[in-house]
Amino acid sequence: MIPAPFDYVAAESATHALDLLDSYGEDAKLLAGGHSLLPMMKLRLAAPSVLIDIGRLAELTGIRAEGGELVIGAATPHAAVATSDLIRADAPLLAHSASQVGDPQIRHRGTIGGSLAHADPAADLPMALVALGGSVDLLGQAGTRNVPADDLFAGFFETSLDPGELIAAVRVPRSPGMAWGYQKFVRRANDWAIVGVAAIDGRIALANMGPTPLRARAAEQALAGGASPAEAAELAADGTEPGEDVHADRDYRRHLARVLTRRALEHRA
Amino acid sequence: MSILGTRVLRTEDPRFLTTGGVYTEDVVDERLAGACHVFFARSPVAHARIAGIDVSAALSAPGVIAAYTGADLADLPVVTPGLNKQMTRAILPADRVRYVGEPVAIVVTEQAYQGEDAIELVDVDYDVLPAVVDFADALAGKVLLYDEAGTNVAGTFGDPDALDQHLFDECEVVTSRTILNQRVAPAPMETRAAAAAWGEDGRVTAWIPSQAAQGCQGALARQLGITPQEVHIITPDVGGAFGAKFGADPEAVMVAWVARQLGRPARWTETRYENLVAMTHGRAQQQTVTIGGKRDGTVLAYRLEVVQDSGAHVRIGAVLPSLTLLMTSGPYEIPRSESVATSIVTSTTPVGAYRGAGRPEATAALERAIDLFAAEIGMDPADVRRRNLLPPFTEPHRTKFGALYDTGDYVAALDKVLAAAGYDDLRKEQAERRDRGDTVALGIGLASYVEITGMGDGEDVPPKENATVEVHPDGTATILTGTSPHGQGHATAWAMLASEELGIPVDKITLKWGDTDLVPEGGGTGGSRSLQHGGSAVLQASQELLEVARERAASELEANPADLRFDVGRSAFEVVGDPDASVPLASLAADERLLVRTVFTQPGATFPFGSHVAVVEVDTETGKVTLRRVVTVDDAGFVLNPLLAEGQRHGGIAQGAAQAFVEEVVYDADGNPLTASFADYPFLSATEVPSFELADMQTRTTYNPLGVKGIGEAGSIGATPAVQNAVIDALSHLGVRHIDMPASPQRVWRAIQAAKGNA
Amino acid sequence: MQVELTVNGQRRSDDVEPRLLLIHYLREVCGLRAANVGCDTTSCGACTVLMKGPGEEGGGTSVKSCTVLAMQANGQQVTTAEGLAADGDLHPVQAAFRQEHGLQCGFCTPGMVMAAVGLLSENPDPTEAEVREGLEGNFCRCTGYHNIVRAVLAAAEAERTGASA
Repeated sequence: MIPAPFDYVAAESATHALDLLDSYGEDAKLLAGGHSLLPMMKLRLAAPSVLIDIGRLAELTGIRAEGGELVIGAATPHAAVATSDLIRADAPLLAHSASQVGDPQIRHRGTIGGSLAHADPAADLPMALVALGGSVDLLGQAGTRNVPADDLFAGFFETSLDPGELIAAVRVPRSPGMAWGYQKFVRRANDWAIVGVAAIDGRIALANMGPTPLRARAAEQALAGGASPAEAAELAADGTEPGEDVHADRDYRRHLARVLTRRALEHRA
Repeated sequence: MSILGTRVLRTEDPRFLTTGGVYTEDVVDERLAGACHVFFARSPVAHARIAGIDVSAALSAPGVIAAYTGADLADLPVVTPGLNKQMTRAILPADRVRYVGEPVAIVVTEQAYQGEDAIELVDVDYDVLPAVVDFADALAGKVLLYDEAGTNVAGTFGDPDALDQHLFDECEVVTSRTILNQRVAPAPMETRAAAAAWGEDGRVTAWIPSQAAQGCQGALARQLGITPQEVHIITPDVGGAFGAKFGADPEAVMVAWVARQLGRPARWTETRYENLVAMTHGRAQQQTVTIGGKRDGTVLAYRLEVVQDSGAHVRIGAVLPSLTLLMTSGPYEIPRSESVATSIVTSTTPVGAYRGAGRPEATAALERAIDLFAAEIGMDPADVRRRNLLPPFTEPHRTKFGALYDTGDYVAALDKVLAAAGYDDLRKEQAERRDRGDTVALGIGLASYVEITGMGDGEDVPPKENATVEVHPDGTATILTGTSPHGQGHATAWAMLASEELGIPVDKITLKWGDTDLVPEGGGTGGSRSLQHGGSAVLQASQELLEVARERAASELEANPADLRFDVGRSAFEVVGDPDASVPLASLAADERLLVRTVFTQPGATFPFGSHVAVVEVDTETGKVTLRRVVTVDDAGFVLNPLLAEGQRHGGIAQGAAQAFVEEVVYDADGNPLTASFADYPFLSATEVPSFELADMQTRTTYNPLGVKGIGEAGSIGATPAVQNAVIDALSHLGVRHIDMPASPQRVWRAIQAAKGNA
Repeated sequence: MQVELTVNGQRRSDDVEPRLLLIHYLREVCGLRAANVGCDTTSCGACTVLMKGPGEEGGGTSVKSCTVLAMQANGQQVTTAEGLAADGDLHPVQAAFRQEHGLQCGFCTPGMVMAAVGLLSENPDPTEAEVREGLEGNFCRCTGYHNIVRAVLAAAEAERTGASA
């Protein structure tokens, strides 16, 4: 219930945060909304010795259009993403995904960057970003590099960020009017998805079907080859080795993936 | 205008809404100044011998004052359960742990934040033993939890050898099934806590969130090896209990022990993890129901065989089957019925009372059996119920199981709820969806129930409760009650009763409870007893107070007591025919205190009853259940305050529904709890339930002047089987006959597959 | 370390350890014990308060104070249930909870009320479904949620029509 002791420092800028990360090393973690990290620390599943607070840096928040993309500051809370007129018009799948995270209080604090950095395969935003074919801008001492969503999630709760990098911004393509579908199957409100599916523009992303959000490539290929949503959805679980827990065993998860994919392809949310 | 039966808003609320309730962790008291903080290191394994405990590292952690193990508490009496004297246990085990979460060491710190750091450093060497989790494993007894007992059977109720082999001989149709009434967590929003301080007089004052301070006092005294007179229990506001805050849990005993050991006040609040693994769980029965009868719907015979999982310790849960058996035949007239129960121990959290405490289990089994029978003969479950319910009775009706039902009209309750639900229209809609082949199926579930409330302490011991009412010269009044409200609104309800008699406004009446120095005797609040016993006592005390006051008024008015009348509207005695010759009630307290203490005794327990209809939708592609409607009749006699009664029904219905399709405690094969947080335990949220539809029916009891029975647990008794039956009903056209609770999506989906032959 | 913030309109400056959770800062340092701790996993909402940053409009947004460090509240304005009522009068949401019997044991109530205030500030005219979803982060064991939902709808109605609940 109480985290192990740690030191706290409020970064004055993103580059200051990078310097702090450098000097404190592996034992330091960045703190934005804290709604992925602090719950872990309270259960003592994580015990960084230093927290570097980037939650109030104006340069890391905000939503703007940049050509064919929307650019969202990493420290932007889910509530802002969910209610943004711009995102709701141009990337409604993202707005909807953000509106499904946890509950209202969690959405007021948790951030898009924090959620992506946490890399929970059962979470909403990683799946949404993969479905949208979005990317993240990573800021490091050497400068900024852009990483596509498909390359961002390396393993179970693991991203491909280098030590000393932070997520500065999230980019998604603008696609006003494009049909999309989103299915988050839960037993009870406020839960993480037992299985989740997000589909847009021929891309299908799955949550909680493996250690990272996954693309349902067999289903995508079938779709691209002219299959109907129902036919394509039959292949949604191909190649997946989902985990088992109190809510669902492997077979049931695969079955859900198929049903939910069909519904997502029918543009239901 | 009588205030009884009206929707009086709670006088408690302004405080709760603004500064908040003062729960045990909130208590600020000079006797607790400088209190140290108590923490428990707990077993991470389900069953093991303790080979060694090293607290030296913990002792060196910042702020640690002391650390204790079972050896340090060896002087405390061993707990010997009444049901089984071989299954003894220590307050703090020294040799053996029997469930994940059992305390193994105490660490005491200066500040609250230091405790979790310190308990991580307690080093325990466990010789792990095989866990015993499964009913069958426990009964087989290859691994014993209590070697001295030679078995994992803690006790039996009824005689398995006396079961009638020919019970079902005359039945045209017989069906039998073993079903699960699964383990759930009471999970009140306030976790357990305790604070204790020893005075110079050698007495301990303990603040404990309890449902019954007087029982807590006795339990704490016994477990500390002292007399009850040396224990002063104060009950702060309690954040919910649901049956799990009776007596004195081991942690509370240890807090008091630490305070004595260190000569310093001590306090403790558990985390939610601790609450979900170490507060007693509820239900946990495996039930074999066998039911038989004629094709015309007449039930001829019913047998119930129960195995009760008591968890690792023999506590209240182990004896609750006696109540289950008591209510075996429920509201039905079944010519031949019998039941037996066996309580077993397993390496899991001990089981205790949980809203309904043994009676919901009886109703759930019977209502499932009725539906199984209905499905077998292809008859509408409403018709089967109507055919077999006991006809209305005005003389108490004794069942073969020893229950004496006071008043009841079960058929009327059923008909009323069916009408309120629009049952025929629901069946029509169900048929239409089936004809269309809708993938979202509609299910309608029924439950009829009768339940026992306000029991006495033992067989043939008439239940009772005391109350003291005092009128003060300033026109206010104080009531002392032996009940122990924790959300039920007694401060308002008891004030209504006194106000009705004495003419003093409700907001000028204060209720006190839960302080054993102030109220040395009392039965607390549980088993839906409070209004019938405690409320009746308040009413009686108020009436008796008026008689005392009458004598004083007569003397004051120099009149004959018989010539006076009490004008409730003015709260004054007046000479009949001469209203100006009057004296206010309050003024009669000016020279001498005006108070009466009385004990109300009720002839026996009362039996509220009702019927529930639940409507669910089941997404047959995913197994997800959505609860659409719950319509209920819960008849507990006269309704003193409809606002409060409805609130109790809502809360009970929600908990009952939660058990049917959402909540469950899960252990893996090694006895590790898998649902030990609110993220994992599927605690019901506002989105899983609809608003409920309550119909009104009031069949008074003759056992007390108010005509009231108990309402607190009724909602949970009816809702569980109604919702479970609804889910199964939704899928009956697919061949599904039964789904164990909770009807989680996976369980429902698997049942559909199995019925299709695609297991 | 030093934390400076405004709590119920009063400016404060306190020395706290970095890991002090906002809920414990409010309860133990400020003595405001209406908000409660009900769980370990940011699930139950009994700790809900309103928090508002500099330059933010309105009364603040609802947050679970068990998952906010006191240090993260530096420079912010926090409102607890104790700070809702003005001059001894109940806030319309508090009044509605009383009117509709939306509380029994009271443990979830301060958090529930603050969550409801936050909900109505963002959605002044919610449907029943929106109220239930809006309170999915607040658990109650006593009421079955029925009267809580009624209370929030009544408060919304009262604030719309200008009547008192």
